[in-house]
Amino acid sequence: MQVPQNLKYTKEHEWVRLEGDIAVVGITDFAQGELGDIVYVDINSVGNSLSANEVFGTVEAVKTVSDLFMPLSGEVLEVNAALNNNPEKVNADAYGEGWLVKIKISNKAEYDQLLDSAAYASITGN
Amino acid sequence: MTTLKRVALHETHVSLGAKIIPFAGFEMPVRYSSDIEEHNTVRNGVGVFDVSHMGEFMISGSKALELVQKVSSNDAFKLTDGKIQYACLPNDQGGIVDDMLVYRFSETEYMLVVNASNIDKDWAWISQQNAQIGAEMQNISDNLSLFAVQGVKAVEALQGLTDTDLSKITYYSFEKGSFAGVPDVIISATGYTGAGGFELYVPNEHAQTLWNKLFEHGKKWDIKPIGLGARDTLRLEMGYCLYGNDINDRTSPLEAGLGWITKFTKNFVNSENLKAQKERGLSQKLVGFEMIDRGIPRQHYEIKNASGEKIGEVTSGTQSPTLKKGIGMGYVKSEYAGENTEIFIDIRNTLIKAQVIKLPFLKPTV
Repeated sequence: MQVPQNLKYTKEHEWVRLEGDIAVVGITDFAQGELGDIVYVDINSVGNSLSANEVFGTVEAVKTVSDLFMPLSGEVLEVNAALNNNPEKVNADAYGEGWLVKIKISNKAEYDQLLDSAAYASITGN
Repeated sequence: MTTLKRVALHETHVSLGAKIIPFAGFEMPVRYSSDIEEHNTVRNGVGVFDVSHMGEFMISGSKALELVQKVSSNDAFKLTDGKIQYACLPNDQGGIVDDMLVYRFSETEYMLVVNASNIDKDWAWISQQNAQIGAEMQNISDNLSLFAVQGVKAVEALQGLTDTDLSKITYYSFEKGSFAGVPDVIISATGYTGAGGFELYVPNEHAQTLWNKLFEHGKKWDIKPIGLGARDTLRLEMGYCLYGNDINDRTSPLEAGLGWITKFTKNFVNSENLKAQKERGLSQKLVGFEMIDRGIPRQHYEIKNASGEKIGEVTSGTQSPTLKKGIGMGYVKSEYAGENTEIFIDIRNTLIKAQVIKLPFLKPTV
């Protein structure tokens, strides 16, 4: 299971990469492995300003449905359109081509509260 | 907290990298690689499910047929030696205790194969029905392993392992024979996938030998282990009911579309009431539907009409790996049960268009 050191994480198994005030968000390798084959990424929140921990969309595997939670407060700017026809990219490349959304963050202080890779790896039992 | 049971080959599944989940009181392999890959292996090749959690009861003696006839919705009088029937165990409240397979070994010996989650309930129910009859009953669930070898290539992949001519065992028939050097294996032309193949019942002490031989010999056909995840998508593409989802203690076999195994040619538990229900007409029916607009139906989602009124509920749903769209089953009011009726699935408070279709979703290859 991969947990890149340059990313931050949430207990809800999302990862965050901060580029200025834009956060790129996805689900972790651990999460995609637990879910199994992702068959649908349903995100209709572009343009919405949401608080941290609010639901911004849903990811569906063959057997399971999981809500996606905002790791940080901000405005959802963009959804990864490639997932519309190829949701399996989340399985194949969770930290790369399988990214989910970009968020314009509204409170940088929240970022500092996220888990680092070691803390995240420990909650997944690794 | 109850302890989960393990199948005889638990360690084998762990070493194959299976993800193990609690299911029906057992630790079961849900997936070895990917649900979709495993699904496609069965549709296009051959795979093996360890479904040893299933329950098996032997009913024997001169009263055996009388007991089977009392508890089964199907007419076991029509069975001959070596034949199998799908049937329900109706309860006396209009619902279903379980669904099962009935095997006839002889006029005085039958085997009932039941769902793992219902073994204790079924045993108690059948014992209660047997009180006035007195057939001999034996629960052999803990002694038997069961491997479902399923797929379009199953017959050719298995034939080299037995002298029994597999092509002669017709669907819903079985033979007892030597298989991979193991004596007295029940070779049953059944399954839960619509892809063809056999289910092999073997005593636990020979389970490892049989499993190993299946994989050694099956290598040429690229045989793979398949988990319960794919088992569910495979059965749903065929429109087969799953107990606990599509049928339960409160669902009528008639409303579930199981009229074809509910035979009023004989008396059985609650047959009078079911017959009356049939004559009255059904208020709701289990239907298959496919999504017209994008979305994946899931158990307990509400089914609505164009005006947004609730007309039923989804009992099973998934993204079909073969059709690559959302498919499901659910109960709807009878006036919405006709083929091609437009219905809507309430997915996260949005009504997504779907259409009632005639089951199965896919043509079976058996």
